[in-house]
Amino acid sequence: MNDLDQRIIDLIIDITEEPEIGDYRDDDLFEEEVLDSLGAIELLVSIKEEFGVSIAPTELERSEMNTVNKIIARVQERL
Amino acid sequence: MGFYTEPAFFLLLVPIVAIAAVLGLREKPMARFGCAASIVMLLLLFGRSLASLAFFVGYLAYSFVLARYVAVLFEKERPGAVARYRVALALQIAPLAVYKVGVAVEPDFLGFIGISYITFKTIQVLIETRDGLIKNMGAFEYLYFLVFFPSFTSGPILRSRKFVEDMNARRTRDEYLALLYRGAGWFILGAVYKFVGASLAEWAMWFLPSVIGTATVGTAIAANIVYALGYTFYLFFDFAGYSHMAVGLGFALGIEVPRNFRAPFLAIDIKDFWNRWHITLSTWLRDFVFMRFTSAAFAHKWFESPVTAACIGFFINFTLMGIWHGITFDYLVYGMYHGFLLASCEFIQRKWGFYKKHKRERWFRICTWAVTMVAVIFGLALFSGQVFHNPL
Repeated sequence: MNDLDQRIIDLIIDITEEPEIGDYRDDDLFEEEVLDSLGAIELLVSIKEEFGVSIAPTELERSEMNTVNKIIARVQERL
Repeated sequence: MGFYTEPAFFLLLVPIVAIAAVLGLREKPMARFGCAASIVMLLLLFGRSLASLAFFVGYLAYSFVLARYVAVLFEKERPGAVARYRVALALQIAPLAVYKVGVAVEPDFLGFIGISYITFKTIQVLIETRDGLIKNMGAFEYLYFLVFFPSFTSGPILRSRKFVEDMNARRTRDEYLALLYRGAGWFILGAVYKFVGASLAEWAMWFLPSVIGTATVGTAIAANIVYALGYTFYLFFDFAGYSHMAVGLGFALGIEVPRNFRAPFLAIDIKDFWNRWHITLSTWLRDFVFMRFTSAAFAHKWFESPVTAACIGFFINFTLMGIWHGITFDYLVYGMYHGFLLASCEFIQRKWGFYKKHKRERWFRICTWAVTMVAVIFGLALFSGQVFHNPL
């Protein structure tokens, strides 16, 4: 696992308060109720603060950022 | 000519849908025809009111200039672009704001039918251009997006990127046929809702209370409850019926108009309700008001806790929703009431241990459903004016 992955996982842990989240990188975070719409906004804001990557609220469908791996991919595409 | 109410409207749909179907089945593009048909229908909508028509045409030109201006601002990251964008956004909101204030003071204030709904479309184009999501929307695409007649007067509220994708989509004969069938289903269902369901509910909401009477306190309470229930069903069948017809008509023209109602009376909490009732309004406000406010609140650390930010965000969001219906006491109270409900719901779901412990249990869901329905029906009694201006 590289450094970027770890930093993003740390962000998600901070918001969701689920320390094990890195072990379930393909689980649907919304279905598991780890993330809700408010958590998603917090995540977008912290991604912007941490990486300078801005993702607009209407840019992505929920299905494009509903797992840890997809979130990492979305950030990577924009770096 | 009124849309979805007068026989002339429905008669005119026959040639429009027939021509669209011929184009679609022959795999020909239908955007130019759809746009031309929309313009003809809008001319008939504005009918004899030249003043409204002139206002509308002026509004289109004005919005077009603002959209171009914002597009140019963000083509290259010019210094001061964000400040200028904010001015443009304020100018885009201004006609609706002036109209709403004007009508509150003077009922004959000049406007045009659909100004409330078209404003959602013009504002989102500016915001999404600023977000970098809309790069080069053509003049024709923008015009057709704004004049598209099936959803012109009362929604569902369209999203420009999806609209442009649909209007330029090349569908095979089978794909179009499938869309047309689904559209016919929506249209028929909507017509039944509106002309059978809403008519029956409207009859019941006046007839039943008159039978019960208001002679004693007990019967007056019962009559009011029956009236509120009747109004709830009337509004649902009328508005969902209209919306379903607009969806069906949109499909025939090759535009996948989004669904506006999804079994709202099955909602188990008030958030769930707003994901099922007037969906395109609540999701528009969620995306362009609530999420923007909470993002800014998190980024600038306006509040200690995210829950506070969300609660205040909900309150602002729904108060705005109320005012958008019209600047009247009833609508303002209606909006604030729902803002309060959403904020309370958010607080309870995040902070109340009892809720977290029992939320998946059947009995608990039945209880929250019942509470939600009472809250919704009371809200609609505020909306209809029943609470402050007794109609019985």
